[in-house]
Amino acid sequence: MPTQTMVQAIRDAQRVAMKLDDRVVVLGEDVGRRGGVFLATEGLQAEFGPDRVIDTPLSEAGVLGMAIGMALNGMVPVAEVQFIDFIWPGFDQVVSEAAKLRYRSGGQFTVPLVIRAPYGGGIRGGHYHSQSPETHFVHTPGLKVVAPATPADAKGLLLSAIRDPDPVIFMEPKKIYRVAKEEVPADDYSVPLGVARVAQEGSDATVITFGAMVHVVLEAARRLAAESVSVEVLDLRTLLPFDRDAILSSVKKTGRAVAVVEAPALCSFASEMAAFLQEEALDSLLAPVRRVTGYFTPVPYGLDRLYLPDADRIIEAVREVLRYG
Amino acid sequence: MLRPFTDEPLAILDRPDAAPPAGLADDDLRRLYELMVRTRAVDEKALILVRQGKAAFYTASSGQEAAQVGSAYPLQEQDWIFPAHRELGCLLTHGLPMEEIFGQILGRMADPCKARQMPVHFGSRRLHIVPTASTVCNHLPEAVGAAYAARLRKETAVAVAYFGEGASSEGDFHAAMNFAGVFKTPTLFVCQNNQYAISVHRQAQTASRTIAIKAEAYGFDGYYVDGNDVLAVYAVMRQAVDQARAGGGPALIEALTYRYAPHSSADDDKLYRKEDEVKEWRERRDPIRRFRLFLEKRGLWTEAEDRALLDRVKAEVDAAADRAEAAPDPPPETLFDDVYAAPLWIQERERAAMLGRAAGRA
Repeated sequence: MPTQTMVQAIRDAQRVAMKLDDRVVVLGEDVGRRGGVFLATEGLQAEFGPDRVIDTPLSEAGVLGMAIGMALNGMVPVAEVQFIDFIWPGFDQVVSEAAKLRYRSGGQFTVPLVIRAPYGGGIRGGHYHSQSPETHFVHTPGLKVVAPATPADAKGLLLSAIRDPDPVIFMEPKKIYRVAKEEVPADDYSVPLGVARVAQEGSDATVITFGAMVHVVLEAARRLAAESVSVEVLDLRTLLPFDRDAILSSVKKTGRAVAVVEAPALCSFASEMAAFLQEEALDSLLAPVRRVTGYFTPVPYGLDRLYLPDADRIIEAVREVLRYG
Repeated sequence: MLRPFTDEPLAILDRPDAAPPAGLADDDLRRLYELMVRTRAVDEKALILVRQGKAAFYTASSGQEAAQVGSAYPLQEQDWIFPAHRELGCLLTHGLPMEEIFGQILGRMADPCKARQMPVHFGSRRLHIVPTASTVCNHLPEAVGAAYAARLRKETAVAVAYFGEGASSEGDFHAAMNFAGVFKTPTLFVCQNNQYAISVHRQAQTASRTIAIKAEAYGFDGYYVDGNDVLAVYAVMRQAVDQARAGGGPALIEALTYRYAPHSSADDDKLYRKEDEVKEWRERRDPIRRFRLFLEKRGLWTEAEDRALLDRVKAEVDAAADRAEAAPDPPPETLFDDVYAAPLWIQERERAAMLGRAAGRA
C-alpha cells in the first residue's frame, strides 16, 4: 500500500474517479495547468485533457453554476473552490440550485456534484483563509457535508462523494494536507458517507469532532490519559447526515460529551450535538454537554493561535464534564 | 445574415416588403400564430384561476407572445430551456402540455414537478426544461454548463436561458456571459426586455445603450430585435441557434417587448406606469394582431378561421385546466421525497412523526 499525504490522497481519488468514469470532470480556478493552489489536482489536466480538467475564469458563481448545469446534463463534476471562505459569491448556486433542483423538479433532475473546498484555521491565513463554515451547509436540506481527518479517509470519502447521487460539500482540512503520511489503499476504494469513526476508544467521556480538530482532540486525549482519564474520540467524517448511532452508542457508554468545532459556538455543529444529545440521550447524560469552539469574532491573523480550540481548552472542558456526579 | 449590435431593433413585419424569413413555410406561419393565440388563452385562463382563488399567484405573459414563441420555434427536441418566470409561450412551443402547465399553476400532481414550487415555475425532464428558481438569474451559468456537457458528449443540443432586462444587473449574468464567451459554449441568452423589472424602468436598470451590446464585451454577438415581431424574433434566433449548433459559440438576443399585466397577480402597476402607455402598446403594437394582419394580407388567414381557432383553443384550454384541477393534490407522504435520492434518517423520523400527527387528526 502506498503512503500518501491527505492532499496526495485527494488527488489520487479524483484520478481514480476520472479513469473509471468518463462523466467525471474537474473544474475550478487554477485546477488545470497549475494543478490547484494546493496541488490537489496536479497532473490531472495532463492526463485527462483540458476539456475534462477545466481552468475556469475567476468566479465562484460561474464555477458552481456551470458545474450544476453540467450535472443536470449527465456529467459528474468535481468543482474546486480555492478556499471555502471564497464560496459566498456562489452560495446562491449551492443553496438555491444544487440543493433544491431534485426537490423542485419532483425528482426529475438530479445534481450529482462534489464541491471540494479547503477549510479551517491555524495556517496564519487571517479571516478569509481560515473559516470553518459547515453550519451554513448543514442547515440546508438537499446537501451532504463531509470532512475527512486522515489521508485514507480523504480518498475513500471523496470517492464515495463523487459516486453519491446528491450534491456533497467536501471540506478539506488544509492545515493537515501535508502534516502526515499514512498507508492509503491503491486504486478504487471507498469509505461510506454517514458513518463515523472511533479515532480512539475510551470510557470516561466522549469528544465529538471532525477534520483537523480530530488531531488536536487526540493530543488532549493523550495528555488526559497521563492523568488516567480515558477519552473516546469520535471523528464524525460526515456532518450531514451525521452518524446518529455512533454518537449515541459512545455517549451512552461514557455518559459525558464534549463537542469541538473551529467555528463560533452560536448555532454551530457543536450546538447541534448538544441539542441532539439532550433530546436523544438525556437519561444517559451525567453532565451537561460542553462545547469548545472558535470565538464569536472573525478569525484574526495576529492572534489566530488564541482563536482556535487547542488541547488546553479541550482538556479543561473534559475535566469540567467529569466534575459532575 | 442579420447584423448584431444595431441601434434600432431588427424588424420585419411592418416593412412594406415584409416577407417570411427562410425556413418558414405557410404552415409554420399558421402554427406560429396558433401558438401565440394559445399562449394568450392560457394566460387569461390562469388569471381567472387566480381570481377564483384556485391559483396562488401568476405572472402573465400577455404582450410578450412574439418574443416567446418566435424564440423557441427554432429549437429542436434535444435542446435545453432554462426559463425564468415569463416564458409560457416558449414552453408551449417546446411542447409542454397545457394540462401540466395548469397542474403546476394549481399545485396538483398533474405537474411533473409534483407541485413543489409556486405557480409559473415550470419544468419537465422529458423536454429538457429545467424548472425555474425564483432567485433571479442563477440559471444562466447552468445553461453554460449544460451546453458544455452537451458538446463534451458530442451531442448537437444547444441550451437557451431566458431572463428579463432586470436580471442583466445580477452578478450571475456577468459570470454566465463571461464563461460562455471563454468556453464558446452553444448557449443562447435570450433577454425579454419588457422594460420594467417590477417597477424599475429599463432606463433606471442600466446606462448601457442596449442590453444586446453587452455581448460585445464578452466576445460574441448580441442582437437587438423587435420582440413584438414574431418573424424578426424567429429570424434572429434561427441564425443564432444554427450558428451555436455548428460550433460558432454563444449569442445574446434582446427582444424589446412589453407586458400588459402587472408584474404578477400581487403587483399594482398603476403605482409606476401610466395607463396610456399600456394602452398604446396594447392597441398599436400588439404582437398577435400585427402578425394576424400580416397573415391576412398574404391571404393565409381569414376572420372566419380566426373565430374558429379562438373557439377551439378556448375549449382546449378549459378542458386542460379542468383535467389539471381534477388531478390529486400531492399526497402528504411525498413531502419528504426527492430531497435526496434516499431519505436521510433525520427525514425518516420527521416523516413518521408528521404522518402520525396527520393520522391522529383524521
